[in-house]
Amino acid sequence: MSWDPLKLSLEIATIAMMVSLVVGTGLALLMRWRRLPVPDLVDALISAPLVLPPTVLGYYLLVAMGPDSVVGRGWHALTGHDIIFTFTGAVVAATVGSLPLVVRSVRVGLESVEPNLLAAARTLGAGPLRVLVTVTLPLAAPGLIAGAMLGFARALGDYGITQMVAGARIQGIGLDTTSPASIFVYDQFIGNHEAAARNMAIVTTLVGVTILFVANRVTRRYYHRG
Amino acid sequence: MADLAFQLELVRGDFTLQVEETCPPGVTCIIGPSGSGKSTLLATLAGLADVDRGRVAVGSEVWLDRARGVEVPVHERRLSYVFQGLALFPHLNALHNVEYGMHDVPRAERTERALKLLDRVGVKHLAKRKPRTFSGGEAQRVAIARALARSPKLVLLDEPFSALDRELRAQLTALVRDLAGELKVPIVHVTHSIAEVRLLADQVLRIDKGRVVARGAPGDVLAEISDDV
Repeated sequence: MSWDPLKLSLEIATIAMMVSLVVGTGLALLMRWRRLPVPDLVDALISAPLVLPPTVLGYYLLVAMGPDSVVGRGWHALTGHDIIFTFTGAVVAATVGSLPLVVRSVRVGLESVEPNLLAAARTLGAGPLRVLVTVTLPLAAPGLIAGAMLGFARALGDYGITQMVAGARIQGIGLDTTSPASIFVYDQFIGNHEAAARNMAIVTTLVGVTILFVANRVTRRYYHRG
Repeated sequence: MADLAFQLELVRGDFTLQVEETCPPGVTCIIGPSGSGKSTLLATLAGLADVDRGRVAVGSEVWLDRARGVEVPVHERRLSYVFQGLALFPHLNALHNVEYGMHDVPRAERTERALKLLDRVGVKHLAKRKPRTFSGGEAQRVAIARALARSPKLVLLDEPFSALDRELRAQLTALVRDLAGELKVPIVHVTHSIAEVRLLADQVLRIDKGRVVARGAPGDVLAEISDDV
């Protein structure tokens, strides 16, 4: 049995994790901005992927990034490729699914930073960017790490959005066209290849649980370091 | 040698702060009951709290002038602030805490200067240790060293010794007294301790309900009140 589906899923999840960590940290910081209009609505929109059916999200992404959309045309002009039914589409799908989890974790991390420490940094001559880089983010690191790990695990397990946006078979980096692990398990099960479905399911579960376990340990160690 | 001159007014709900004072170089102690506006006053001087109307200047340097639309950002005001909880950065060791305020000092000189400051306050041996390992008195000394690292034009101390025992307080009060003699800048020191006022103050401002109700030499102001402020 080829493990390419798992490798593809790990590639997608790794890139989605990195993108959602950067975008999610930006959104979490934006939500701390005192003058943000209707913050509750912004929060609801960012959290929507947690409650919307994956097919609904997938539909929105298809409309927003399809070959006839502004985003789709712009991406094609820039790279010569489409977003939909490609590796990029799978990354976008996984990123959208994991973003709310990342934002929530980063927000918890940011809220754990004592305001007095930020004030102290300012009185010591640090401008907003230096305060962010040298005090806020290092002290919020447990939240960022937890968010990255949760985002990775969520991206690894995505099925519905990926199926809608990227289709069943995708070409990964250095891989032949194959299915992500989540879709592979379904296809194998439906195709009566139960052993292959079972093996992939077990290994994917082990990888996912291991990542969450490591995330918990790392986060705890950070908090205990004070 | 520049005076601190300020005129500040802010209204927040039931509380109103309305003060107009001048603090010459040396130690000005601010006393008054809890909730009288002492810490708020320090925060407004630093630019950490907004005021409705006001002006803050150190010598000819105007940091805030609401009427003229002048407001120098906190990080551009050359001041040192020792917070009530000290606010040492927990992820940095003592040396890096002190170096944090030295970003305009050439990199090669920072470590040497920071070590000298730690030595000056008697905690050079803590240079490589993080704040969670410090005792109360050690943390206070590191916080003072960090505050001095900016070569400030104004020093603000917000009850920095409140959590210490009497002996440590006496040691650190003596240290601040020495530093005041060296720095020759206005030091505004908020305290509840009459003993600290007697040892440190060149001038005392007594605040109540957001207004200065007495000012003058320590002996004159303290004569009017009991030991409990």
